[in-house]
Amino acid sequence: MDLTFTESETAFRDELRAWFAANSPGEEPMHDEDANHAWRADFQRRLAADGLAAVHWPPEYGGRGATLTESAIFWEELGRSGSPLPANVLGVLLAGPTIMTWGTDEQKERYLTPILSAEEIWCQGFSEPDAGSDLAALKTRAVREGDDWVVTGQKVWTSGAQYSKWCMLVARTDPDAAKHKGLTYFLMDMEQDGVEVVPLRQITGEPEFNELFIDGARIPAANVLGGEGNGWKVALTTLMNERAGLGFSLQVRMRQLLDALIEEAGGRGLLDDPLVADRIGDLHLRTETLRLTAYRGLSATEKYGQPGPEGSLLKWIWSDTNQQLAQLAADLLGPTALQAGNRWAYELLRTRGNSIEGGTTEVLKNIVAERVLGLPKAR
Amino acid sequence: MDFDLSQDQQEIKTVARELLAARSPWAKVREAADAREYGDALWRELAELGWPGIAVAEEHGGQGLGAVELAVLVEELGYACAATPFLSTAVAASVIGACGTDEQRERHLPALAAGEATAGVGTRELCADGAGAAVLVLLDGDEAELVEGAEAEPLDVIDSTRRYASVTGGSGEPLGPGAADRVRAAVAAEVVGLCQQALDMTLAYVKDRKQFGVPVGSFQAVAHRCAQMLLSTETARSTAYFAAWAADADPERLPEAAALAGAAAADGGREVTASAIQAHGGIGFTWEADVHWLYKRAQLDTVLLGGAGRHRAALCRIAAGRVGVTA
Repeated sequence: MDLTFTESETAFRDELRAWFAANSPGEEPMHDEDANHAWRADFQRRLAADGLAAVHWPPEYGGRGATLTESAIFWEELGRSGSPLPANVLGVLLAGPTIMTWGTDEQKERYLTPILSAEEIWCQGFSEPDAGSDLAALKTRAVREGDDWVVTGQKVWTSGAQYSKWCMLVARTDPDAAKHKGLTYFLMDMEQDGVEVVPLRQITGEPEFNELFIDGARIPAANVLGGEGNGWKVALTTLMNERAGLGFSLQVRMRQLLDALIEEAGGRGLLDDPLVADRIGDLHLRTETLRLTAYRGLSATEKYGQPGPEGSLLKWIWSDTNQQLAQLAADLLGPTALQAGNRWAYELLRTRGNSIEGGTTEVLKNIVAERVLGLPKAR
Repeated sequence: MDFDLSQDQQEIKTVARELLAARSPWAKVREAADAREYGDALWRELAELGWPGIAVAEEHGGQGLGAVELAVLVEELGYACAATPFLSTAVAASVIGACGTDEQRERHLPALAAGEATAGVGTRELCADGAGAAVLVLLDGDEAELVEGAEAEPLDVIDSTRRYASVTGGSGEPLGPGAADRVRAAVAAEVVGLCQQALDMTLAYVKDRKQFGVPVGSFQAVAHRCAQMLLSTETARSTAYFAAWAADADPERLPEAAALAGAAAADGGREVTASAIQAHGGIGFTWEADVHWLYKRAQLDTVLLGGAGRHRAALCRIAAGRVGVTA
């Protein structure tokens, strides 16, 4: 057991710190989605120019071949510097690694480079109105017509769809096969008449996500990823990558949010109240525990090739803590924190999504119970 | 970075798990609890194996290992809920080694490391293994002192798997910085063991016990309780091992690490062991089911830790200090 960074990990962290210090992204454009996206795309281009857009990718695809720990360090430092998530975060974290795992040489050649430079943005077409936690129940249909597949259906929660060139689309190609078996994973061109992107307004009032209405969209057969009927397995690769890496940046953001709250509360003399101090102390405990437990998960994954039981718990701790943090801000700062446009008001609303997006807490608990604890399938 | 047990540490854990399963099954724990006396055989065997001196330097007759290895053993003795003066003796020895004077080390360590003498650890109100101890490590807030010649009055508390006493008098000498944190880090490691045992017993039970024709573990309300038990156990483990590691490798971070471990263990231990009773249903409320020993030990450990509240208050001060405000 050694919780210090190795020499090369420290060198990597120092290099990143220096880079982020020299490459401030500038003021974040607020309340203007397009300007915000352009700002994040610009920042990603600067990362890409110095070979830092996807450090966990192998060098032959433009990455640094970073270990899991180094990748975690990258996301921690990105978060610590106040830099934004890259505009093409779904391409970098999800589409890229999925294509590397399942793609043909031609597909790797075609798609990977424009992901890094943010030239081609990616979105994720998995969830549907009737297929959320029960993803394999999805109904979007793809029918073969000559060299094309013709797709009809509806997707939901597709963030960044309005900026995307490509969509990781899972659709049903064999309606007669068993639920998980009749699915195929496509790389769908978003720039066509059959795809309509409609903003989905969330409880914060902002449209961070979209709905996709797909009506007769055409996908060349060459854009099937991982083979016809193999969509469930390919989708699992994407979902496995969803948790890795990004978590470290979210966790740093939570730390920064907690520090901001402590500063505000301290400025108002509220920390002298033992009840307040108790709740702040608990949030500090949860935040640090998340970080420690995440590093334990990395060590286990690096050693044994798969995350230990602690890996499944991280998203649960994060969402729960983030929600408590926002609620405490509302308690401590009073009506100010509830005014529309206030950052804490936004957090109070936005964090409600944390325990739903990327797997509800209830589903996570089922996964932990069944796959980690070996309990019988829940009812 | 490697936040996992090394191969050697894993080996210590495996050996301890197997040995204690054989030497300290529940029947033995119950026997000791009923008699309100430790069995000599187990302590003698642990002493022969050199366990009390695990974290004592070789020049003082110990194994020359560190706080992480101590935590591994303490966790496993907690897992077995074993009735021995191991925690008090091994922890006191480790604290004297790390925070004592040369004179104190020479005077106490050889006998403690060999298991020929035992130590008490705690506060004046509640000292684990205080009666009959050669020396006591007594905490008072963030301070700790080494006390000899105190009078110990045995206490009959709900946890009869361990001997407790209140102590008065004696002459004390202050221990160096980090002593109290090291004690609490070790108690937190014991709580991790209690939690793991509570979880393992509960999983075995809910997979086996059938109601309405199915294992009760297939009900989400029960399954989610078990998931919560895992969460509390693993978060307690993360912080306890961070504290054990920091004790030797990064003393500057020890105060925060020990407060994290103390807060996580003080609440986590009680919650997880209470959950074990609940998940066992009616049988969990019986004397025979044995999960109550874990709950009782966890209650006493929470007191030895000083309660979660004091650690959360400390954590608030630490976090506030870091962003430059006072709390």
